[in-house]
Amino acid sequence: MNLPVTIIGGYLGAGKTTLVNYLLRNAGGLRLAVLVNEFGTLPIDEHLIEARDGRMVSVVGGCVCCAYGDDMAAAMMDLRRLAPRPDHVVIEASGVALPASVAGTVSLLQGFSVDGIVVLVDAETVQGNAAHKYMGDTVTRQLAQADLVVLNKTDLVADPAAVTGFVQGHTSAPIVPATGGEVPSAVLLRAFPNPTLTGPAHVVSVYRTLSIPADTPMDPRATAAVLASADLGILRAKGFVQDAAGRCHAIQCVARRASVMPAAPDASLGLVAIGLGDTFDAPKIRAALAMACVARV
Amino acid sequence: MTITIYSARKVITMNPVRPNVTHVAVRDGIILGAGSPEELAGFGDYTLDDRFDDKVLMPGFVEGHAHTMEGSLWSHTYCGWFARTDPNGRVWPGVKTIDGVLERLRQAGAQLTDPEAPLPGWHFDPIYMGNTKVTRRQLDRVSVARPIGVMHASGHIMNFNSRALALAGLLKPGISHPGIPLGTDGLPTGELRGPDAYLPVAPYTGFSRDALAVDESGLCAFGKLCVRTGTTTVTDLAARLTDDAVPMMLRVTGAATYPARVVPLRFSLGVTPEQLIAHVEELAGKSTDRLRMGKIKVIADGSIQGFSARLRPPGYYNGAENGLWYITPDHMAEIYERALAKGIHVHTHTNGDQATDLALDTMETALRKHPGYDHRFTLQHCQLADAAQFRRMAKLGMCVNLFANHHFYWGDEHFRLTVGPERAERMNACRTALDTGVPMAIHSDAPVTPLGPLFTAWCAVNRITASGRTQGTYEKITVAEALYAITLGAAYTLHLDAEIGSIEAGKKADFAVLEEDPREVAPELIKDVGVWGTVQGGRIFAAADL
Repeated sequence: MNLPVTIIGGYLGAGKTTLVNYLLRNAGGLRLAVLVNEFGTLPIDEHLIEARDGRMVSVVGGCVCCAYGDDMAAAMMDLRRLAPRPDHVVIEASGVALPASVAGTVSLLQGFSVDGIVVLVDAETVQGNAAHKYMGDTVTRQLAQADLVVLNKTDLVADPAAVTGFVQGHTSAPIVPATGGEVPSAVLLRAFPNPTLTGPAHVVSVYRTLSIPADTPMDPRATAAVLASADLGILRAKGFVQDAAGRCHAIQCVARRASVMPAAPDASLGLVAIGLGDTFDAPKIRAALAMACVARV
Repeated sequence: MTITIYSARKVITMNPVRPNVTHVAVRDGIILGAGSPEELAGFGDYTLDDRFDDKVLMPGFVEGHAHTMEGSLWSHTYCGWFARTDPNGRVWPGVKTIDGVLERLRQAGAQLTDPEAPLPGWHFDPIYMGNTKVTRRQLDRVSVARPIGVMHASGHIMNFNSRALALAGLLKPGISHPGIPLGTDGLPTGELRGPDAYLPVAPYTGFSRDALAVDESGLCAFGKLCVRTGTTTVTDLAARLTDDAVPMMLRVTGAATYPARVVPLRFSLGVTPEQLIAHVEELAGKSTDRLRMGKIKVIADGSIQGFSARLRPPGYYNGAENGLWYITPDHMAEIYERALAKGIHVHTHTNGDQATDLALDTMETALRKHPGYDHRFTLQHCQLADAAQFRRMAKLGMCVNLFANHHFYWGDEHFRLTVGPERAERMNACRTALDTGVPMAIHSDAPVTPLGPLFTAWCAVNRITASGRTQGTYEKITVAEALYAITLGAAYTLHLDAEIGSIEAGKKADFAVLEEDPREVAPELIKDVGVWGTVQGGRIFAAADL
């Protein structure tokens, strides 16, 4: 099974480091491996650090963090040798990196697969940055490459709707508002064991989850396509379904990006979807998924 | 202490006070004086060495932008379009067809005893073969057992055989990557475009993981290339200078027979600006005469022929999307400011004119905070700079090192494809640089193009492209200006002009030993002036004896 990799992109000051620290504090039992690049520093909160070994730092909860300098592939190879194996890799891309290029590199590394691209923007500065003489097109290209956009620091702007509208003009990805980089790990990371979101109430309260049983056989590709369709308000969905022939499949969706992989025969069938309260349409999701059910052969 | 007086057919000193003499006196690696035997006899007892009686001595050439890893590349198979001389003096004929490339790889493979040993090739240049695509199937005809990887001359593309792709886990369907074209069978064709795509595979085919790193034998080999080209000081323009590499470089360059002074610049990526400054300060303290550390290299953007350079409007001629930034403005600013505050020398790679703008803006702001006297921050390549940018460089006290060789090798491509006729004619604007008062060097960027300062001078003087066209007549410089650029000009950009770059009292006894006076041959023949060898720090190196 390939290790899932989430790429966190976004220009300087967007809050990537804050978000990574939030994920480490609220990993919910997941062993995260975090690779950071910006300026080559390791900007992890001191109180999270348990031990240091060269470039690798052990963080509370079995997580590790590593500054990869200018050779990401080599750092990834080091991660592959870790025991115990991490559950999920988070790469904090540099401020000028195009996250799709990072994802392209990850897709070529044995043992890893891209889970999704999350691009952070600072609600206060995104309009100015997008108009920057040198960096403007880098900022807008980053947005266009996102599976999910986290609009951070929304508490600092007078008119969040206007900023959201501006960002929407540069991306087709769903936009998740956040303050202080606080986004539930279940939205950003692959593994979430149950539909209960963990994290501080003010963070999780804006999200809705839906559990969908999958006792009847389903077409896995059709199911994934439904979960990834734009009109249902789903930010992330995952689960296991059984096809008409009785084979199990794992489904993973990060907004519009969907993947279907073979799964163990004893996988616990069922799907979970997460979305934002104001756009998440549970009845519509149920109805759409019913269309993906197939007859048992 | 013994004094040796060398007599020569001619000594071109590059010292305007006495530009042409016949004798130069040397003691302990230092020039006592250049003049007549009667004048030099005043220093005391001497030995007259007349071995250069039929030669022309010039100051040893200074290559201000090269990478010593070319020495390591020569352990791979040369697949280039143009003939090229290896460190041992063997001239490898250019390969003119795909079948020729395959045959050369086959011959190289036949020399290897292990049938599964990797087979790396370099400098393949299908641009000159009608941009023919090479597939893994064709390379499979060389071998299916050994992994084969062939790097293109541009450095932006590699071709692999099936074995190499399989070892890297890429011989599978379902790959979705913009740099990896797929064949009708759904598998990669074997052409991998861009470092993102080829770096995961290249190490399986014998290429070093760290593309900038030179190994011990490579550094030794590079020294031989210096002797063959009359070069006595050479930069290694982007080195990581790791704790393993530095002792090796000190040992190799410290050997009594090592013929060149190497100036490696610490590549800025991978560490914080604070760590970077601390590292180069530490390295500066370990420097020796023949290994000069303590300078920094910053890379702002990519390359023009790879469409990764950052261009101002109107952008790429063929409509390609603008290129890539390799550093944020804040990061560049912090490096510049910290370096200026400490008097540390920074060179910055800017290929596109927008990258040059960023470096100029950053420099202007940094200088307001930390006025640096005689900082000589240098823009490297700086290929697309226009007159207004050169005027700013002059005002900011910056130097430039232009990529004259590029004009010959890729000028036609730039004219036709990347930037179009008008900007192709102003690329590497040596005339404008000098006229606006910017201290200027010219370079090869070896291994991108071959090391050879006389060839580089020829490029800047004639501005001839590979197809034989003269491109940008206005930007030509004179032979005298070009010879200055490859000696004192380059030395100035390295803060070494007080020590090297001319033959005059008190400077290092570094000479290029030539068969003819490059000022007296036709300008279109400067590149063909024979190089006998060098004198470096008073030590004599004959190319024929290497």
